[in-house]
Amino acid sequence: MRISCPCCGPRDRREFTYLGAAAYLDRPDPDAPAPEWDAYLHLRDNPAGRTRDLWYHDACGSWIVVTRDTVTHAVLAAEALA
Amino acid sequence: MRYSGFRVFAQGLTGNRGWRPAWRKPAPRDAYDVVIIGGGGHGLATAWYLAKNHGITNVAVLEKGYLGSGNIGRNTTIVRANYFLPGNSEFYSHSLKLWEGLERALNYNVMHSRRGLINLFHSDAQRDAFARRGNAMLAQGDDAVLLNRADVRRMLPYLDFEQARFPIHGGLYHPRGGTARHDAVAWGYARAADRRGVDLIENCEVTGIDVENGRVTGVQTSRGPIRARQVALVAAGRSSQVAAMAGMRLPIESHVLQAFVTEGLKPVIDHVISFGMGHFYISQSDKGGLVFGGDLDFHASYGARGNLPMAEHVMEAGMTLMPMIGRARVLRSWGGIMDMSPDGSPIIDRTHIDGLFVNCGWNYGGFKAVPASGWCLAHLVATGQPHPVAARFRLDRFATGHLLDEEGTGSQHNLH
Repeated sequence: MRISCPCCGPRDRREFTYLGAAAYLDRPDPDAPAPEWDAYLHLRDNPAGRTRDLWYHDACGSWIVVTRDTVTHAVLAAEALA
Repeated sequence: MRYSGFRVFAQGLTGNRGWRPAWRKPAPRDAYDVVIIGGGGHGLATAWYLAKNHGITNVAVLEKGYLGSGNIGRNTTIVRANYFLPGNSEFYSHSLKLWEGLERALNYNVMHSRRGLINLFHSDAQRDAFARRGNAMLAQGDDAVLLNRADVRRMLPYLDFEQARFPIHGGLYHPRGGTARHDAVAWGYARAADRRGVDLIENCEVTGIDVENGRVTGVQTSRGPIRARQVALVAAGRSSQVAAMAGMRLPIESHVLQAFVTEGLKPVIDHVISFGMGHFYISQSDKGGLVFGGDLDFHASYGARGNLPMAEHVMEAGMTLMPMIGRARVLRSWGGIMDMSPDGSPIIDRTHIDGLFVNCGWNYGGFKAVPASGWCLAHLVATGQPHPVAARFRLDRFATGHLLDEEGTGSQHNLH
């Protein structure tokens, strides 16, 4: 698996650290009810197929949103986060 | 047909022409009392204990592929009860006791071998942690022996005791730990459940779950609709997809865990050895292959094969621990799809839909849990009450904060 870092270009998967689903970006309001926070922290769509998740490039310190396929391990897109 | 030594002898004298298929291949009926989605170890065990412990035999197990085609055949076959936390400790202890009587109960040779499990430690702090874990295991009624370096050296002389990075200070020995033949566990439960009248329906993919007025009424399948009063989701590896049919999102992220086996060798490794610092564990199968595994690939995946970086890491860990392994040639590798829960512990619970139960989130621990998982889910389905040893495996424990984080690494799927 190779991921195209927006700063560094295509790099080996070993240079990256995985955080989790891109749903981590949709942080609820601090005053949101508990079930919303539970869903944000714990519940996952967990798709078999196309997914978006968050990766950190250890080499350059970029956070990246990677679009990829969880069945084939194909990496379809990688965008810098903010 | 009851299996026995005499039967093997008699069949051997008559050309082995009298063996019959171990289970029927029934067509699905219109309705059952209980439908179990998933014909792996946990689903088949649930069916057998429903029949044996609770007399509920109007049961169907629906399997998308063939029986035992999932994680029951994609693991490293380790059986142990060396857990620490209340909740896990009594559950896995119960499971180990069931393993120890399993062959007699099922009339099937699952090749359960109590060869002993040794967890190595490499520092004073780790020794303290293992001593504490050993005491918890003893308090639970299981066995544990704290080994010093000389003890380990006597039992496992082939380890590299001179390495500087992870010097071996000793190990926690769990004599009743061991292995079992993975496929045989599925086949044994399948045959035993079938003999009690359970319908095992293969090549039958569930495509929908019918819910009316908050109560489950049946399932839609590739072989037609089936009505059911109770439905149990036992589809670890695909739990999220099956639960989504009932409109549920689970606290599960799927990850791939790789394992490897070498060519067959003469007996060399007598125990199960785990080398936690290198994420490496190994045993030798009865056929002679060294069976070993490592850590997750650490990204969400449904690819039942892994990536090379983790394969390389596992080989490195093996070479670090026991340099002799470098002479063996790897024959195969495979990946199993793990239901990773946020705290690393499983879920056996009812859902917000009446009559719908869920059994998922087995992380790395599904194989050894098969007997107790089936026992406890059958108890829950039959009585409506959680079994005491599985009472903490609640679906809502993440929301309420009653986590069972055995490793103490935090409430996030990719940390266990």
